[in-house]
Amino acid sequence: MSGVNPNAGHGNHQVLSVLVQNRPGVLARVASLFARRGYNIVSLAVAPTDRDDYSRISIVVDVESASIEQIVKQLFKLVEVVRIQELDPRRSVERELMMATVRASAEQRGQVIELVNIFEGKILAVGSEAVTVSLDGSPEKIDDFEELLRQYGIVESQRTGRVALPKLDRSARSTKGKAG
Amino acid sequence: MAAKETLTGAQALIRSLEQQQVEVIFGLPGGCILPAYDPLLESPIRHILVRHEQGAGHMAEGYAHVTGRPGVAMVTSGPAATNLVTPLCDAFMDSIPMVAITGQVPTAAIGTDAFQECDTVGITRSITKHNELVMSADDIPLAIRQAFHLASTGRPGPVLVDLPKDVLQNTMTWHWPSDDEVEDSLPGYKPNRKGHSRMIREAAQMILAAHRPVLYVGGGILKARAAEALRELAELVQIPVVTTLMARGAFPDDHPLCLGMPGMHGTATAVTAMQKSDLLVALGARFDDRVTGRVNGFAPEARIIHVDIDPAEQGKVRRPDVPIVGDCRLVIEELVAAIRDLLAGGTVQADLSAWRSRVSGWREQFPLTYEASAPGAALKPQYCLEQLRDAAPDGTILVAGVGQHQMWSSQYWRFTEPYTWVNSGGLGTMGFAVPAAIGAKVGRPNTTVWAVDGDGCFQMTAQELVTASLERIPVKIAILNNSYLGMVRQWQEMFYEERYSEVYLSTEVPDFVKMAEAMGCVGIRVEDPSEVAPAIDKANSIHDRPVVVDFRVDAGEKVFPMVAAGCTNDEIMLHPAQGARREFLR
Ligand SMILES: Cc1ncc(C[n+]2csc(CCOP(=O)(O)OP(=O)(O)O)c2C)c(N)n1
Ligand SMILES: [Mg+2]
Repeated sequence: MSGVNPNAGHGNHQVLSVLVQNRPGVLARVASLFARRGYNIVSLAVAPTDRDDYSRISIVVDVESASIEQIVKQLFKLVEVVRIQELDPRRSVERELMMATVRASAEQRGQVIELVNIFEGKILAVGSEAVTVSLDGSPEKIDDFEELLRQYGIVESQRTGRVALPKLDRSARSTKGKAG
Repeated sequence: MAAKETLTGAQALIRSLEQQQVEVIFGLPGGCILPAYDPLLESPIRHILVRHEQGAGHMAEGYAHVTGRPGVAMVTSGPAATNLVTPLCDAFMDSIPMVAITGQVPTAAIGTDAFQECDTVGITRSITKHNELVMSADDIPLAIRQAFHLASTGRPGPVLVDLPKDVLQNTMTWHWPSDDEVEDSLPGYKPNRKGHSRMIREAAQMILAAHRPVLYVGGGILKARAAEALRELAELVQIPVVTTLMARGAFPDDHPLCLGMPGMHGTATAVTAMQKSDLLVALGARFDDRVTGRVNGFAPEARIIHVDIDPAEQGKVRRPDVPIVGDCRLVIEELVAAIRDLLAGGTVQADLSAWRSRVSGWREQFPLTYEASAPGAALKPQYCLEQLRDAAPDGTILVAGVGQHQMWSSQYWRFTEPYTWVNSGGLGTMGFAVPAAIGAKVGRPNTTVWAVDGDGCFQMTAQELVTASLERIPVKIAILNNSYLGMVRQWQEMFYEERYSEVYLSTEVPDFVKMAEAMGCVGIRVEDPSEVAPAIDKANSIHDRPVVVDFRVDAGEKVFPMVAAGCTNDEIMLHPAQGARREFLR
């Protein structure tokens, strides 16, 4: 992912939390559906759930490329897709993890560490010319952190893409099996 | 409890197919699928040995079209699996239930670029309803049960099961999964069959209130076996019906309410009625671009009721006012009941007499037409079709290839029964007709099966007539031989200033009569109008082998009406003889 933040703002993306049967090829199926129908994926995270026969795929989709309704319906046609939740960013909690190796000479190291502390991140490794840090939090917070780190020089960085669950105060819309 | 029985994976496969009441497999063996062919020798299942795996796939489709049961194709790995790609895609586009079984290299060799290895599930992922690489012999029965379940329920489609050679050779303990086991194994698969009752009531009200309604009937009606229900609905409310290319036969052409086929080469009446309607009731139809023409100019005043079992069809092309997800037959039956309730409760249907007279005006002004051939001039393809139609025994199944001859077939035949029309609509696959006709004849052995094919199409899969001869499957093929890739020629004539580029085939080669004879068929050539009826009579009297009739037809003939690509249906091009009456299309 480049320095441009594709997730900025809430208007153009939506998070789909897709519960799938944990079977070989299911990720390829989801990915090839997006490719074939011309839908854009902003980020994608896959992980096992509390049940070992199911996995959860969190997909951030670009809703400018297609209507979210069509994306959800087409996804739902995949036999292994068990449930889809459309998570409106305003009604869900989102988290993302970033790791970054930042240039930091002995003199600058203190500043970087201070920044990490302010953001409640972690120092994972310290080298003579660089430190590796991590931060988890809302994607927006990570955007800010990344921006501030940039002045020191980011050698390498990796973001996981967002994972999300519905906020508890208001229930998220579940589209499982819904007609029309 | 029965004693545990140990079978090889191959035996389990064949037994599973028997359990699914499979009566015929279309296929061709090779290295990786070899183990499956051995227990086949002891099985009551008939195997039809094709000459090319594409033929096996289209035969399975033809069989499924006319019987409604999944057609089965079985082939080996690598090139055989890739030869199945076209029919799988064809079946996917037209929602044809089909189960494809492919051999695969042994599990240990997968990923090593082994001999005849290819990523079959990867290649076919986007053209199957589902596919699966089975990694253990124990999983075979469930995989087969799932495949038949998925292929034939919900929106039907092709399912592929890929079986590595060692999985076929290994032993397993036989167990036939119960319905519950199948259901539990597919927790995300629950097609919604019953329509939403509030939506159905709303649709009923809308139908009774409409002033210019049309029933827009697609192939889903046939998949849902809803032809009878449809007729009841149409007759109850006396609303005109159009049947798309995939739905020909779902409503009888000789019914006073039937307007024929809509779309790019539809009748002017069907196209215009949709275009001017204030309510389109889409039943198992998907607003295909060949029907809508330019979408943003399609039926601009129409409200839409859309009934389809696939929720993704709702709003994919045109946003419905009343979406109803469900099985067409169940939904139509409920719709009929809801309409009856409303009528009984005193609701009065809007007066349709003005609409009806407008529609019948179009019908009078714009029948399908062609110029009869002058004495001594070339035979007209439409004339051949009329003769073929009039001489066809009741219930004859018509199969078509893809091109001009397909459109004329759909236009000039008079379909009176469902499941008597087999064609490749969504994919438009040249080469479909000969093998699909063979599959149809296998499924309906006591019914006459005519295929109308183009000279171009015929040459793509003609070798399957060898299969038909040897397997004694007496199909009849009418080649409307215009020596051209006629449909492409028509586009070049109309839209590329008659600059004909690579569309001429040949008037001499091949000699279709000799070719037919070489394949064990009867071959008949027809050049003059006077020979047409006798040739057809002769063909209809042959029951012990396939017949090929080579009709030498006028290459200059074009298909009309036509809505050119990118145009709206208002811009329909009429037959030149009717052009002057254009004003009546209002
Ligand atoms: C496999 C395949 N290749 C190419 C096409 C494009 N195409 C559509 S119709 C047509 C011409 C068919 O010629 P023929 O079978 O002689 O039928 P005609 O139009 O002359 O009746 C072609 C090339 C196609 N539909 N399918
Ligand atoms: Mg031709």
